Amino acid sequence: MAKKRVVTTTINGDTHEFLCKPQQTLLEALRDVLGLTGTKEGCSNGNCGACTVQMDGRPVDSCLVLAVEAEGADLKTIEGVACGNHLDEVQGAFLEGAALQCGICTPGFIMQTESLLEENATPSEEEIRFYLSGNLCRCTGYDKIVKAVQCAAEQRQAAAT
Amino acid sequence: MRDFEYEAPTALSTAIELLAQQNGSAKPLAGGTDLIDHVRTGRLEPDLLVDVKKIDELNVLDLGSDGLRLGAAVPCYKIYGTPEISQQYAALTDSCRIIGGIQIQSRASVGGNLCNSGPAADSIPSLIVLGGVCVIAGPNGTREVAAEDFCTAPGKNVLEAGELLVEIKFPARAANSGSHYRRFIPRNEMDIAVVSVGASVVLDESKENFVSARIALGAVAATPLFAQAAGDALAGQPVNEESIAKAAAAAKEIATPITDMRGTAEYRTHLIGVLIERVINAAVSQARGEAICYKPGH
Ligand SMILES: Cc1cc2nc3c(=O)[nH]c(=O)nc-3n(C[C@H](O)[C@H](O)[C@H](O)COP(=O)(O)OP(=O)(O)OC[C@H]3O[C@@H](n4cnc5c(N)ncnc54)[C@H](O)[C@@H]3O)c2cc1C
Ligand code: FES
Ligand code: FES
Repeated sequence: MAKKRVVTTTINGDTHEFLCKPQQTLLEALRDVLGLTGTKEGCSNGNCGACTVQMDGRPVDSCLVLAVEAEGADLKTIEGVACGNHLDEVQGAFLEGAALQCGICTPGFIMQTESLLEENATPSEEEIRFYLSGNLCRCTGYDKIVKAVQCAAEQRQAAAT
Repeated sequence: MRDFEYEAPTALSTAIELLAQQNGSAKPLAGGTDLIDHVRTGRLEPDLLVDVKKIDELNVLDLGSDGLRLGAAVPCYKIYGTPEISQQYAALTDSCRIIGGIQIQSRASVGGNLCNSGPAADSIPSLIVLGGVCVIAGPNGTREVAAEDFCTAPGKNVLEAGELLVEIKFPARAANSGSHYRRFIPRNEMDIAVVSVGASVVLDESKENFVSARIALGAVAATPLFAQAAGDALAGQPVNEESIAKAAAAAKEIATPITDMRGTAEYRTHLIGVLIERVINAAVSQARGEAICYKPGH
């Protein structure tokens, strides 16, 4: 049996050291080892995006990353998005715009939207739909999600000017 | 998931040793977007995963006057994130932009796409039309294999146990050349090609005639196919509907599509013609410096 490894990462700005087996995914380590259960599991095969986190600044499906691959990585999860009790613009827009029902997909959509808006502060509807195509939602029908993303983008633009 | 060991060597020689020692039960791990799922579902049963992402030779991304060198582990987003590559090797970046969604592209490599050797793998037709040469390292040294000769059957390729794909080399692009790749899928993104076509064309000074062309097809045979006769049919011909129709007819001759849930064999054969026309026209537009009206998936 493969031995457990020590993995050292930065998660939401704090250094974490944890033990995991090579066969554990980053998603499993986040949820089961570190207790960061905000990141969700939908499909476990890269199709739904519920497990999206940022790894070294890029959005990834954490179900398709081994936890041992995160050695030395800088991770950001949904737990690192709000500032204390203050939701950020994307979270606020999802809440205000009722862009969720059951909520399983929401952390993934929010993380993916954070990456989108870092890359492209003023995305068109088409660009939003393309960038979020790796995130599935079985409840909302997507329109409210797209509107929430547009709303968050506008708010950030307004705040920046 | 199955219990396995994990190593992440920084030296190419160590990776080859690790792979060779294990007698076939070790697998290279690049982005893991195919491999991790294959291990989870039990399709593959490795005892050791050798992470190749820390090896310098597999991270090369170098565009120079003598061509492009693409390390096997370079993820898709880095490739299409380089504007000069998008200009000169458009078919390659067309492919990288449609492999999965953005999260997949953060991890998925072209090397992994090639080594997974799926008949519908989106990078392979582009590697073929751009003249890609696969550099393979193993216990017995290094060898080179043309991209069109790499895949041998669905999921199978020329790699022997212990061998590793190091990089894919492309020759410099000729003057007045253009290339394009596109697939037909029912959705606009995140789907497997029903049929796909890649093409690279070189035009003469007037940009009205083909000097040469290379065409490759995906999802219409057991492996991605180099449609050499189809490309040759365009050499010396004027750019017009008639010459392109002849190339399409030649491509249909070598295809051996199957009927499955994504489409019937007849439908696939028809799509070859439709896509060849669109892809050649887009490659010609690129060679002429015209804007291409193309959105991935359409
Ligand atoms: C949701 C989803 C959507 C997808 N969509 C598409 C799509 O639209 N089009 C498409 O073509 N594919 C798609 N794929 C498949 C996959 O993402 C691609 O094939 C990807 O390019 C594989 O690259 P990787 O770096 O992740 O390879 P890995 O998974 O790391 O490896 C793939 C295989 O190649 C071997 N390998 C990797 N590197 C080397 C090397 N250097 N030398 C020798 N062997 C090596 C591995 O052992 C493994 O068998 C999708 C996958 C998912 C999960
Ligand atoms: S759980 Fe990772 S993509 Fe669905
Ligand atoms: S809100 Fe239920 S899956 Fe999206």
